[in-house]
Order: sequence, then C-alpha cells, then structure tokens
Amino acid sequence: MNVKEMYRRIDGYLDTYGREEKSLITVLQAIQEEYSYLPKEIFPYLAKEMNLHEAQIYGVATFYENFSLEAKGKYVIKVCDGTACHVRKSAPILERLRNELGLSASKITTDDLMFTVQTVACLGACGLAPAMTVNNKVYASMTPEKAMDLLKQLREEA
Amino acid sequence: MLKDYMLIDKIPVPIEGEKNILALVQKAGIDMPTFCYYSELSVYGACRMCMVEDDRGNMHAACSTPPKAGMSVVTNSARLRKYRKNILELLLANHCRDCTTCEKSENCRLKELARRFYIEDVRFPNGKTEPERDESSVCISIDHSKCILCGDCVRMCNEVQNVGAISFVGRGSKMEVGTAFKVPIANTQCVGCGQCSAVCPTGAIVVQKNVTRTWEAIYDPNTVVVAQIAPAVRTGVAKELGEENGVIAAGKIFAAMRRMGFNHVYDTTTGADLTVTEEAEEFVERLKEGGPFPMFTSCCPAWIRYAENRHPELLPNISTCRSPMQMFGSVIKEYFEHNEKTAGKRIFSVAVMPCTAKKYEAIRPEFRRPDGTDTIDAIITTQELIQMIREAGIDFKGIAPESSSMPFGGTSGAGVIFGVTGGVTEAVLRNVEPDKTYSALQQIAMSGVRGLEGVKETTYQVGDQELKIAMVSGLGNAEKLIRRVQSGEAFYHLIEVMACPRGCIAGAGQPFAHSAEKAQRAKNLYTTDNMTQIKRSEANPAIDEIYAKYIGRRAHSLLHVHYKAKKK
Amino acid sequence: MLKTRQDLQELRRACQEAFAAQERRILVCTGTGCASSGSLDIYDRLVELMKEKGIACSVELSKDPHGDEIRATKGGCPGFCEFGPLVRIEPQGWLYTKVKLSDCEEIIDETIVNGNPIQRLAYQRDGKIYVEKSAIPFYQKQRRLVLEHCGEIDSDSIEEYLGVGGYSALEKALFDMQPADIVKEIMDSNLRGRGGGGFSAGTKWSQVARQQATPKYIVCNGDEGDPGAFMDRSVMEDDPHRMLEGMIIAGIACGANDGYIYVRAEYPMAVKKLRRAIEQAEALGLLGDDILGSGFSFHMHINRGAGAFVCGEGSALTASIEGKRGMPRVKPPRTVEHGLFDKPTVLNNVETFANVSSIILNGADWYKGIGPEKSPGTKAFALTGNVVNTGLIEVPMGTTLREVIFDIGGGIRGGKKFKAVQIGGPSGGCLTEEHLDLPLDFDSLKKVGAIIGSGGLVVMDEDTCMVEVARFFMHFTQNESCGKCVPCREGTKRMLEILERIVNGEGREGDIELLEELADTITNTALCGLGKTAAGPVVSTLKYFRDEYEAHIFEKRCPAGACQRLKTYVIDPDKCMGCSKCARNCPVEAISGKLKSPFSIDVDKCIRCGVCVQNCAFGAVKEA
Repeated sequence: MNVKEMYRRIDGYLDTYGREEKSLITVLQAIQEEYSYLPKEIFPYLAKEMNLHEAQIYGVATFYENFSLEAKGKYVIKVCDGTACHVRKSAPILERLRNELGLSASKITTDDLMFTVQTVACLGACGLAPAMTVNNKVYASMTPEKAMDLLKQLREEA
Repeated sequence: MLKDYMLIDKIPVPIEGEKNILALVQKAGIDMPTFCYYSELSVYGACRMCMVEDDRGNMHAACSTPPKAGMSVVTNSARLRKYRKNILELLLANHCRDCTTCEKSENCRLKELARRFYIEDVRFPNGKTEPERDESSVCISIDHSKCILCGDCVRMCNEVQNVGAISFVGRGSKMEVGTAFKVPIANTQCVGCGQCSAVCPTGAIVVQKNVTRTWEAIYDPNTVVVAQIAPAVRTGVAKELGEENGVIAAGKIFAAMRRMGFNHVYDTTTGADLTVTEEAEEFVERLKEGGPFPMFTSCCPAWIRYAENRHPELLPNISTCRSPMQMFGSVIKEYFEHNEKTAGKRIFSVAVMPCTAKKYEAIRPEFRRPDGTDTIDAIITTQELIQMIREAGIDFKGIAPESSSMPFGGTSGAGVIFGVTGGVTEAVLRNVEPDKTYSALQQIAMSGVRGLEGVKETTYQVGDQELKIAMVSGLGNAEKLIRRVQSGEAFYHLIEVMACPRGCIAGAGQPFAHSAEKAQRAKNLYTTDNMTQIKRSEANPAIDEIYAKYIGRRAHSLLHVHYKAKKK
Repeated sequence: MLKTRQDLQELRRACQEAFAAQERRILVCTGTGCASSGSLDIYDRLVELMKEKGIACSVELSKDPHGDEIRATKGGCPGFCEFGPLVRIEPQGWLYTKVKLSDCEEIIDETIVNGNPIQRLAYQRDGKIYVEKSAIPFYQKQRRLVLEHCGEIDSDSIEEYLGVGGYSALEKALFDMQPADIVKEIMDSNLRGRGGGGFSAGTKWSQVARQQATPKYIVCNGDEGDPGAFMDRSVMEDDPHRMLEGMIIAGIACGANDGYIYVRAEYPMAVKKLRRAIEQAEALGLLGDDILGSGFSFHMHINRGAGAFVCGEGSALTASIEGKRGMPRVKPPRTVEHGLFDKPTVLNNVETFANVSSIILNGADWYKGIGPEKSPGTKAFALTGNVVNTGLIEVPMGTTLREVIFDIGGGIRGGKKFKAVQIGGPSGGCLTEEHLDLPLDFDSLKKVGAIIGSGGLVVMDEDTCMVEVARFFMHFTQNESCGKCVPCREGTKRMLEILERIVNGEGREGDIELLEELADTITNTALCGLGKTAAGPVVSTLKYFRDEYEAHIFEKRCPAGACQRLKTYVIDPDKCMGCSKCARNCPVEAISGKLKSPFSIDVDKCIRCGVCVQNCAFGAVKEA
C-alpha cells in the first residue's frame, strides 16, 4: 500500500470533515469505506493531524463494531471446527490450507490480500461435516485434497 | 444565613459547597468503599460501590449525585450490603487472586474491600487465572489480569498528564486498558511518570523494582555501594514505617541504610545545589545573550521525555543542566573511582528517588560513561526503600538519626525544596538575586513561587530586569502553558516543569497519599529549609569543594547534557 | 430559494395542486422488507411494460433504481411487510400483495388500462377478499399520525411533502408563535418521549429554553437498535422532512441553531434520504441562515453510528457525536444542562420529533384527544414474531394488546396458542395472556413492570422456550454492554453464563436464585438506563414462567421442546428398518446396530445435531 497516497487521501477527509475531535468517527468511517478496514499506518498520522492520542483513536476504533483493524482477503475461508466437523477431521483441512497459504492462527490473511482463513464454531451444517465456507458459500464433506482443488479454482478465478 | 443540611445515616451534615454526596458522607465520618473515585480526577462513576439509599428506597451513586438540602440517605442497609458484596464478588470472579505473591497485597483496595465486606466465596468460575504481564517498561510493570477497569490510570494518563499512552480499548466484557494496537507500553508515548501506578487500586500497574539488584550489590564484597537520597524521599517514608506524617526522616534513612549495608549514603540536595549553580549561570548567560526563551528546567526526566515525544522543537529551550541525581552521580563515580580506598572495587551507585521516570533516565545513553557503565546503577523508589527497610527488619521508629557521609556532606535549604513544585525556581532566584539578606529570601518566598497549584506565574525583579516565570506541575498543565507560549499569548523567561502534580513529593515512587498528606509533605520540605542554616546553594561549602577538588575543568562535560530529537 | 413566508405559501399551493392533479399512480413498496422479496425487479418490469405498451402513467418513475439512488423510488413502507412485495394503485387505493414478476403484465393490462382490480392479488383473510387497502383489518384499527405519509408520498421530493401541507407547522412556529408559545403547546399536549422512558418532551424543551448557556443543540436519536424494531427507520426513510420540521421547531422553541441527527450504522438508506432532504430544505431556504426572512437560523448535521447499541443512550450518543467512545456518563448533570459538547441539549428520538408538526398545527387539545390524556397520541410498533401479519403499525395509545395481536396482527401463526409478547426489546419484559386486555400506554405498562421501550413487539407462541428467549436477549445485552460499570459488564456476563448452562441442560440448583440476585444488583446499581434494564427479560420470564426454568434445571427438559441440547433422539424399533443410513450419516458415530434390525443411539455420544432425523426415510428417529 502506498502510504503517501493514503496520507494524501486522509488529508482530503480532514479538509472536508475538520480536524477537531468530533470529526474522528466520520473520518474513520471515510477511511474504512476507502480501504475496507483501518490500516495501522493511519493511527499515528491521525493522532498528529488531529492532535489526539494514538491510544485514544485506537480506543474509539475498537469500541464500535463496524470498524475493522484487519484487512480481509478477497476470499474469506471459514473452516468449521464444531464438534461434528471436528470428529470428522476438519483440523487437517485447516492445517493444509494454512500450510499452503503460509498462514497461522495469528496470521490469518495472505499478504496479497487474496485469502483469509479462519475457524468458525459451528456452521450448523453438521450433516455436511466436515464443512467450510468461502465467502459464506458452504462447501460440504471436505477433505484436504478437495480444499486444495478449491483453492486452485479460486486462484484461477481471481 | 442558615446552612443547608443533608441527613447521612440520620445525622445532619451541613452542605458546604461539596460537589457530591460522597464528600458529605466522608465528612460524616464514613469511609465509603470506592474504586474509581479520586478527588483529583474527573468523576467516572463506574464501580458502583458508593451507592447510597434514600428514603424511598432509590439508589444513588454518591460520587456523582450532588447533595440536596433535606435529602436523607443511608450508607449501609441490607440492600446496599448485598449489592456491594455482589459487585465485589463479580470483580473477584474476574481477577487474579494470587494475593500472597502480589506486591500490592498490603495496599490493595480490592483485597481490603473484599475483606471488609467479608466475601467468603466466589460463586462464578474465575476468568483470570494467568497473569498477562507487560514488563517492557523500566518504570512500571503491568498485569492486566489484576485490572478492575476503574479507569483511574486512563484518566490520569489522559486528563492530568496528557500523555495518552493508554486508553480503554475494546468494549463490554472484552474491554481492557491498553495501548494502541496493544503494543508494549515501552513502545508508546509513555513518559514513565508512573502516576498510573500511583492511582491504581490493585496490583495491575506497579513500579518496576530494582531491589534485588541492589541487595546483590550490597552482598558483593568487591562492590562499594554508594547511595544518594532525593529531597522528597525524607518526607515520604515516615507514615509507612509507623511515624507521624510530619516527621522528616533523612537522618533515620541514612542510619537505616547504613545498617542494611550501604557503604556511603549522601543527600541528593547536594546535587540540587550543583544544579542551581549551573542552571543559574546558564540562565544569566541566556539573559545576556537574549535567549532562547523560555528556558525550561531539566530536572524532571518524565518532562524531558514528554518534550522529546511531543515537542522536539523545544529541546533547545531546555536547560542543558543534568538533573541533580545525574550531576551528583557523575561526581560520585568520579570521586570513588579516583579514591585510593576504593580503588579496584566496583562502584555501584544507587539513587533513592520518589520517581519512577528516574529508572528510565538512569539507562539513557546520554549518561553512559566512557567505560560503558551507567552513571547511576540502580534506582530505588521510596516504596522500594520502605520494602528494603522492612525486609531488613529494622525498627525504623526506634533507630537514631545519623548524618550523611563525607565528603559532600553539606546541604542547603535551596536543595531540599527541589522536591516541591516551585522549589527549583525559588532556589534559582535565591542564587541570581544579588541581595543576599534574610528579607530578600522572604521576598522570594512570597513572590508566588510557593503553593501546590498546577500552574503558578510570577514576575521577579532582578536589577533592572523583570523576570517572567511560570511553574507548572502535571504534564497536562505544561501542555496548556506551552500552547499559550507557542501561540504568542504568553511569554516567560523561565518555566519550571515537574511532571507529577505538586512535584516530586507526589511522585509515583512515593507511597500512596491523599491530597492532605501530599500537602503535609510539601510543608515538611519548607520546614526543613527553615531549619537549615545554609539557605543558598552557592553557600554550600560542599559545592566549592566539588568544583575545586573533584571535577575541576571537566565540570561542563560532567554536569551538562544535550538532548537531541529522536529520529522518527 | 424562498425568501419570505409568502414565497413558501405560493410554492406550497403549487405543490398541493400538482399533488392533487396526479391521477393514476402505481406505488411499488421499496422498503427493506419488500425490496428483499424482489420489489425492485417488479418496479423495473412495470416500467419496461409501460414503455413497451406506450402507457402514459402519471407516475413519474424517473429515477434509476439501480444507480446511486437505489430504492429512491416512489412508495415508502406501508408497514405490511409480511405480504411484500406490495404494489398500490392510486387513486383507487387498491393494494396488491405478494406480487410476482409474472403478475406485472396483468397489472398493467387489467388494472391500469381497463381499470379493474385483480382479486387474486388482493389480501385475503378468512375467505374474504380485501381489495382496498383501508378495508384490510391490519390497517383498519390503526391510526396513522407519525406514519401518515409513509408510503403515501415520494420521500425524495420536498415538493410532495409540501403538497401534503408540509412545513406549515414551521411557518406557523416562525411567524405566528413566540418560542414560549411553542414550548407551552408541546408541554400542554403531554407529548411524551417515544424513545423508551416516556419523559415529557415539553418539560425537556422548557428546561433547555430556560438555560443561559449557549449555543444550544437539538439532537435527534435515530439510533434505533432494538432487535426487531424499525419504526424510526420508516420515518427517516419515508418521511424525512416531517422529522426535520419537528427538529427545526424545537430549535425555535429552545433557541438552538444547530441540530444533529444520529443515525444508526445499519441504516445507510435513512442517511441518504435524510441527506437529500436536508439538501432540499437548504436549497429552498427552509434550513440555513435567516429562514424565510425570519431572522432565525438553523443548521442540520448528520452523524452516522458506527455499530454500538449503547449509543441509543443519551450521554453515550452525545459522546459518540463528539468523536469519543460511546460510554454513558454519570448523571447529573443532565443532558438538558450539559449535553452535546457540554451545552444545553434537547435530545428526543425520531418518533417524538415526528409528532411535533401535527401538534403545532392542530393544537395540544386535539392531540390530547387521541388516546389517554396523560399518555396521549399514537405509538408506532414493529410487530414481529409468530403473528400472522407482521409489520409496522401505528395505533392510538391505550389500544389493548389483544387488539394489536389479534385484530391487527391477525392472531398467532399456524393456529398455535399465544404464549407471550416481548415488549420493549432487550430492555423490556414479557407480557402474557393475563395482560391481553392491558391498554398499551406508558403508565399502564409501568404498573405491570413493563415498558413500551422503543416499540418492538415480538409475539411468541407455545413452541417458544422462554428461558431461551431470556438467554437470547441477555446475549444481546451482554454483547452490547459498553463495559464501563461493574454490574453491567460483569453481571450480564455471569447471567448469560448461567442462562447458557440452563438451556444446555447443565443448570444447577441455586441458579434461579443467583439470577435473581444478579438481576436485582444490576437493576439497582448499573450506571445507565441500558444497564438498569438489562435484566428485564430475565426478571419477567422468571416471574411468569418460573416453571420452565425449573424444568430445564431439575428435569433437564425443555417444556416448549425448543432447546436443542435438551432434546434426546431415540429410534423407534418398530419403525426402524435397519437400513443404517442414520448411522452412516451420524457425524459422531453415536448410532450403531446390525443391518436389517433396529438401530440405537448412544445418548452420551450424541451431539443432538438432528442429522439422523433428516436422514431417516421411515420416520423412525424421534425427538423426545
């Protein structure tokens, strides 16, 4: 991401909405609409420009549900880890996906912002176990191999 | 005019301008249980412990309800007791309960109230059994598992200190006190003033300890342990060690420390006298050169860090004088390293300070000596000193006072008052005022330099020059003043800044104290000044001796420092 | 730009004439409910057909519904969402329900060209066909005051609002009344805040009017966050000018020159509609400096919420507008003294402001004539749950629950038995059979320990588990607690923990008492209104359905048969053919048996997912 370009855009929002504290939420909303999340780099910049504390801005951003601090991938893959899926071996699927994409429990999104891999408690599709979803579309009876095929397919699509 | 009264537990209590019922309840002699109420901070009203019940059975939070004439409330009832017990139980259910190993154990408000309200059992599963520590700062240590979210630290850091290193993050049961992106506190704008720890009712934020390191040095036969004691320390220890709050305990501290095994014990007031001498010279020089003004004082390490973080443009305005601790530290190492008696031994320089930020100052690269060692090797806060005295089992009340070690034994009143806001200014004025009579001293004292207000302004005539001076304590106050100066609204020749409200006497390294006790501490320092024969720094014979015998031409390089803007 | 009162009057007259001159109109509902069932496609199809057939229908369907102004078409929500997509034919006042794309051609040919109603598309109930909207029982018992224009006028057109007499109240307030008169009128009308508490709006206004400090602010709470409530959204989306007019009048009355509207994040459409309405009002000079040459200035601002239910609380809302975390603060000082930016502030909700213009025009006495005198006017409710007709309704205060559920709502769906109705959302409580004849107004509800709240009515039938209902609301509240005060932050968390274990069949003896103790503590010690009412659903379900809690805890049984974890699955050996399909599909291998002889379920292994039931072709697996 081009940080300079980002700051230029933020300057635009600040010019439009003002640099007072009361504009903070509006400015954050504008940034999130632009980038679909609040990039980390904006915090020190906004703190300086709006004369606020970085922790304070972070406090506001984490109070409201609509703000996201993480960029999500184009494809959000959720692997069900409910009881049913778990006993039907969803863990190897998750592991394979993470290995393939270089992700982990703490790093959930690929650097190219293509894939996000998460677990989900129960999709309520126990009969289809093990199940996973890609952008909320359910894929049933998965295996690590099937997951790899799906990944390949998604990459071709993109 | 007839006074308005309110009935507190059926006792009429006059309303005399109190802002809330809580103040009235306290006046009625009731120690109200609270976690989040601090008269020095804004009213937050979150702990809900201070509820009172009115005639109609309605509940009011005493901290945030204004007194009303004729209103009648009780502070203790079956319902109130039940609610308080439930609130305490809810807090305990989400709190690390390893009290035996918690250093706040003896001063923990949560533990105190849990015992007071006789919580025998917690009916909910414990959500916080593992510590969640942030040990990144050399000044403070954080354990989130002990946080009860009273917000005192957040308000202190933001409202009073304008540092803003911490905030509430997240919401609801996921809320916690944290830094931006939960980075370690050391990587934030934290200046190490430690005021967050001073208001924390539990062990969630405490002072980082250097006790073990100090004991180890004492136990090592090849190490000479030399200590210096800051002005404010002598007025901070007494109450905790069983003495009256008014007792000035410098002599007893020297005695106790010698008993513990410190080889040499000195008084940082000597360092303060060096600072006054150097700083007055620099000030006079700037007056001659026409600036740069305002000249800011440089004694307070939290202020230095604040300036570096927020106002790098002001660094050239800050006096180049090292803090008294660092000046004296330089002298100590110089002296002992060139002393025959201690030749070949390791010199371990300890400073006993009311301050947590000194722990950061001590490791700053600016004060690293050519041989790679630090000028000061360990900082012991007043709290830690008390702990060490207790650990050693010394009967502090019974110990006979002793004097500080020689040489450098002489002190002045000017150096002692460094511990309170306005004290540095007063000491400098005593130096630059050509009139050295008693009445001139009185005139200086009455010029507006005394008092515990957050911002004081004064003008003082020296010769044909009218000096404009401001003294601020609390970084939030400093920020406001800086804005006025930078906008051209105000002009000062000299601005004295102390990061902690009221100055070092209320430093975060001191034991917990309420406003009245802090005021008493200030009074104690002025009393000491009164009782000291030598009032002026330059009149302290130790100073001449230091210049002449021990540092000579290297005075400037040993006593000054140039802080540079950090690269971002 | 209108410069004088006369300018406004002239423009209004022209608009009224134009509005009256409209002949045939087709109104396609584009409310959220209808839009989700495909009303936009129907709109497209109708436009296309008319073009094809060369019919000049007087509806100026000029806006592109797929552009930026999607849904910015004619026809707001008439509130009959259950039967969407709705298409109305004016001036006949016919209403077609559940319209499909394939019906469009017939509508054009039969109704528009030939002028005949299509019976098949009309609403039917108990064998009766209701072609005219006004005859439908759903509408008959209603009295639409606040929602009077919703679905009747084009919310994108200030001209249509003027065409139905809009901004007459503003005109009257500006030129024929003194600020004190306005306050008195509102005070005399007994208008009570519609946001939940039912505090007198007139008292609030007079307190702000009295304040010396300036500037003062008028803040509209559009943060309608209760699950299942959408009355305010309707007003903001379908009649935004009505609300603006109410706010400007409040400004005149209290001496405020700035208004802030705080709209919840989930209502992007409302934001768009309001923005447009503000632009239009500004362009005409009804907002801005020196309105109509009166010397009075008023500026309107919109703030979008960012996703926090607690911001519906007054001090949290103002904190949010100030750019802070939306945490309620201690009171006093009250909002009327130290509100937004620490200045005197009138804070009312959307529905309250929407009542203002008709009170100013018709007078306090007229208003008091509607409903009970102490609690006059109408109230909009969002009727949802297991009721036949769901949707937005507006009834005079004092209408009974029975009338609302059975006459307007058409009774319980599927012929089931009525069990309870949850009123007031997560802050409210439930009312049961015994309350069916209770008049719905502030004071009557208060007597039985319930509140109107913002106006959500969730109807529940006999199959609803009340413990689960309590758990659902507690989950909501716990998740939305701001975290500031201990009882709400920690207490709701523990209550939820207990409720969860009860519905999961792990309830213990003493849990009910612990719930009651926590509820008592939270209710009496929490900092803000949301916290104080957080335990409401638990307290009222415990009051009326304690036996259900007990059955869950002591018998590990859900009387309503709703709690999944308390179900047990058994295979009826008489019906089981031993095909093994259930065993093969069981995700946890809890089913075993020999082929062609009856299988059985190991209760300990079973995770109660229900897959076996779905897979059995013989109906042999049963829930118990």
